[in-house]
Amino acid sequence: MIPATSVAEVEGVASSDSVRKPREPFVRRDGLVDKLLVGGTGAASFVMLAMLAIVLADIVRGGAAKLSLEFLTEAPANGMTAGGIFPAIVGTVLLTLLMTLAAVPAGVATAVYLTEYAPSQSTLARVVRVSIANLAGVPSIVFGLFGLGFFVSTLGRAIDVTMFGGELTFARPSLLWAALTLSVLTLPVVVVATEEALRAVPRELRDASLALGATRFETIVRVVLPEALGGILTGAILAVSRGAGEVAPIMFTGAAYFLPQLPSHLNDAFMNLGYHVYVLATQSPDVEKTKPILYGTALVLLLLTFLLNMVAVTLRSRTRGKLKPAL
Amino acid sequence: MSEAALGPTSGAARSLDLRRRPRRVERIAEGAIVAVALLSIVAVALILVFVGKEALPVLFSAVVHEEVTPLAMVMPRAVNGHAMYLWQPVSDVPKYNIVPLFLGSLKVTIVALLFAVPVSVAAAVYCAEYAPRRVREILKPAIELMAGVPSVVAGFFALVVLATWVQSVFGTEHRLNAIVAGLGLAFATCPVIFSVSEDALRSVPQSYRTAALALGSTPTQALLRVILPAAVPGIGAGVMLGFGRAIGETLIVVLASGNAALVDLNLGHSTRTVTATIAQELGEVVVGSAHYHVLFALGALLFLVTFVVNILTERALHRSRQSLTGSKR
Repeated sequence: MIPATSVAEVEGVASSDSVRKPREPFVRRDGLVDKLLVGGTGAASFVMLAMLAIVLADIVRGGAAKLSLEFLTEAPANGMTAGGIFPAIVGTVLLTLLMTLAAVPAGVATAVYLTEYAPSQSTLARVVRVSIANLAGVPSIVFGLFGLGFFVSTLGRAIDVTMFGGELTFARPSLLWAALTLSVLTLPVVVVATEEALRAVPRELRDASLALGATRFETIVRVVLPEALGGILTGAILAVSRGAGEVAPIMFTGAAYFLPQLPSHLNDAFMNLGYHVYVLATQSPDVEKTKPILYGTALVLLLLTFLLNMVAVTLRSRTRGKLKPAL
Repeated sequence: MSEAALGPTSGAARSLDLRRRPRRVERIAEGAIVAVALLSIVAVALILVFVGKEALPVLFSAVVHEEVTPLAMVMPRAVNGHAMYLWQPVSDVPKYNIVPLFLGSLKVTIVALLFAVPVSVAAAVYCAEYAPRRVREILKPAIELMAGVPSVVAGFFALVVLATWVQSVFGTEHRLNAIVAGLGLAFATCPVIFSVSEDALRSVPQSYRTAALALGSTPTQALLRVILPAAVPGIGAGVMLGFGRAIGETLIVVLASGNAALVDLNLGHSTRTVTATIAQELGEVVVGSAHYHVLFALGALLFLVTFVVNILTERALHRSRQSLTGSKR
């Protein structure tokens, strides 16, 4: 496939240092194929960056004009063609907060079990791992079906029957059920990040703690977890960012198109930024009038998730850098 | 701490093992940790049970069968002498043929992968093999950010901007179609395939390359004939993950595909996918009706597809890890 290279070619390409590795001084080179590969794969990378840049540029350009204090702090008006998105922001924040309360402790405990307690050949640990991998791959719309079928229709009804004499209280889409559905969806994010953080904690720290007479539990709580805090936080932030942007799991479990009041109870429905974009884009009677609001909402959602992601990425690279040289 | 709290340990072992025994509070906490860890298994089981529970009446309920049978969901129906596959759940005679929906899902997924696989695998090769450090330090976080873009935002972009571009370039009949949805999906799939492929390429041991170079191959030959083949199982796993992501994605397709349940192979025509159907119809359906159960059946089928894809992916990753570290041979 690739012809043997002549000496002239070898020298000719060796002078271009585009792909040269310092530790390989006498490596043979093949000119054209090499250049094609570097060029082609480089172009592909550029295409990916361009895709991101184009989407960002368009949303920022379309939404920047709409971004104002009024837009962020007012409720929608005139059948969604005017006003702001305050209730959607509040709903999204409440939703992700509740979700975090459920997903982070569960995810951290699962990761602690997997890395600190489970024997290395444990079947149980393997099943837990397979389950986590599967949770990560279940389509988000299936989570929506699950939330409706389990949380709303089954658990909610059971609560109503036992505690409210059958009166409709929890057996309807609400903040609580949407948050719990989302927490199942984001659980793998927390588990994977926490596991990585726990594994990065040097074994010597655990050994030293145990040698000083601490129990395994004390070692985990006082030595391992504090050391892994950065990585755990990264996972939590990534989960929040993921949860803030998901729409499919909450469409049947609690999100509402328009509500005159902010949610005040766990069993209230709520507005949500992503759902707002979805509904306005598909069901608005007057697309041209709602377009600026759509762009504005998309921009706020994008800024929110981006900010969270950037914090997470920075935090992770810092904590990684901190732990490695300590070995 | 009392002697009794130490638990059953033989005398000899106790004299050797100087570790302190956990207090009762600690043992309760440790039990709780294990219990919580089991929640993920419970969650998967609950998803199976509760989506399955609402889906099964399609197979077994006589009431549902008055309106639709499993056979009618996949076999064509004769309309004016033509065999038609129809998804019309809200007409006078509801028709629940799922063939157009799965065909639609496949169409947009194939478009997405045709674009995403070459681009993201090539980008992964560039990132793992050629990119100078500074470029890599921009490329990788940028692609992570790309993975973090909410799909509803990507779908909105496809609906408002991309659709216009696609129509002017391809001259498609419908403004929203399989190409627009597929390209929108590619935006969500590229980061997945990229990360897994890049990981696979990086985990090929450096000794493979040095050995190939020592035998006189050029770096390109080493890449094409040694490193890439060694990374193929990992890259394949990435592609499968991308497939699962694309076929299960909802918001992008619901916004950008046009949502007409047609049976044809024209990518320029409006398309309705499984996920978009559930998203659009479940909110307005009567709980317990045939339509309701059929939508859950669609969800259950989707779950099964991604479940199988996930397991195959895990296997492939496991095998590639094993063969690369040589733990088996």
